[in-house]
Amino acid sequence: MCCAVLAVCIPHSTDQNVVSSSSCVIDPKLRMRNTSKDGTDPSQLFDDTSAAPGVEPAGFPGQGVGAMGYPGQTLLSDPVSNLAMAYGSSLASQGKDLVDKNLDRFLPISKLKYYFAVDTVYVGKKLGLLVFPYMHQNWEVSYQQDTPVAPRFDINAPDLYIPAMGFITYILVSGLALGTQNRFTPEILGMQASSALVWLIMEVLAVLLSLYLVTVNTDLTTIDLVAFSGYKYVGMIVGVVAGLLFGRTGYYLTLLWCCISIFIFMIRTLRLKLLSEAAAQGVLIHGARNQLRMYLTMSIAAAQPIFMYWLTYHLVG
Amino acid sequence: LYLSSKSNMAFTLYSLIQAVILCVNAVAVLHEERFLSKIGWGVDQSIGGFGDEPGIKVQLMNLVRSVRTVMRVPLIAVNSVCIVLLLLFG
Repeated sequence: MCCAVLAVCIPHSTDQNVVSSSSCVIDPKLRMRNTSKDGTDPSQLFDDTSAAPGVEPAGFPGQGVGAMGYPGQTLLSDPVSNLAMAYGSSLASQGKDLVDKNLDRFLPISKLKYYFAVDTVYVGKKLGLLVFPYMHQNWEVSYQQDTPVAPRFDINAPDLYIPAMGFITYILVSGLALGTQNRFTPEILGMQASSALVWLIMEVLAVLLSLYLVTVNTDLTTIDLVAFSGYKYVGMIVGVVAGLLFGRTGYYLTLLWCCISIFIFMIRTLRLKLLSEAAAQGVLIHGARNQLRMYLTMSIAAAQPIFMYWLTYHLVG
Repeated sequence: LYLSSKSNMAFTLYSLIQAVILCVNAVAVLHEERFLSKIGWGVDQSIGGFGDEPGIKVQLMNLVRSVRTVMRVPLIAVNSVCIVLLLLFG
């Protein structure tokens, strides 16, 4: 691509229109790259807020016209600088493609993007659901041609935004809580973070192991499990803040409420994913397998309140 | 007295890695014919019924067998690195 640019520009090196011609050669390439990026994919994850495509190509002819306004000093350097700019931008885009392709092999970036496609309404509703899941009727995740719909369109879909923000807020709130007891040093922020992360990893590994042992055919991915395990941070934060405001009784009452809510939330969400169709409707099906799956759902849901208490009781003095 | 926590705090990522290495080592040293067959967890005893799906015990046996097969060579490298690091840095 860069060779083509050079080959086109060199024969016109003495032409005064070299700037505009090189810009005409570069522009279609740039415009093509832009439109293919925010293309018309049916399940658009993010809103397209890029500027109108007319802005960028207009910059180049404008620069060319401005350069020709000062022919004396800039005519000699302009073709070369434009050439260098074109070469540099093509190199940069090649490097970016290489990095993207290799990074996608280790970290599924495109899959991660799905979990962060949220908006304010979704976050508000989901937080309300985490604290008060009793009125919600329909817990099914809606699909769109075999792929799950992005979280901003379906409140039942798991996301990673709330767990990530909840984790960070939990660390900050724990620093605040320890500070009110004069137990704060900057090191314990790091220790709290790594300790909570270790517990999260161990919980996800335990759930993965038990899912493997019980041979559940489910479409729960590892990232889904991380998301579900991260939802308990919301309850923990609410409990610790209540403990800071209202003392130990406030902490215990709020924590009890949040524990029960997370328990119900997890059971209602996991029931549809782990149990078979009929059992999810509430029909009692006897059989060792279904019983095992029910126990598994119960234990995953019961582990959440235990972790919530274990990770916060030392923060409220 | 600044008890940096309570009992659960001392967890760091490094201790998690150590625990994982120790657990994988423990699974890798289970000998096939001297131990696993004696307690009924051998490879030949895992071909159960072709019915519904394998139970927990069969899944566990498969897991042990796969861990031993897959992790044998990488464990040599990881253990050597661990030994060198512990000798150097204590």
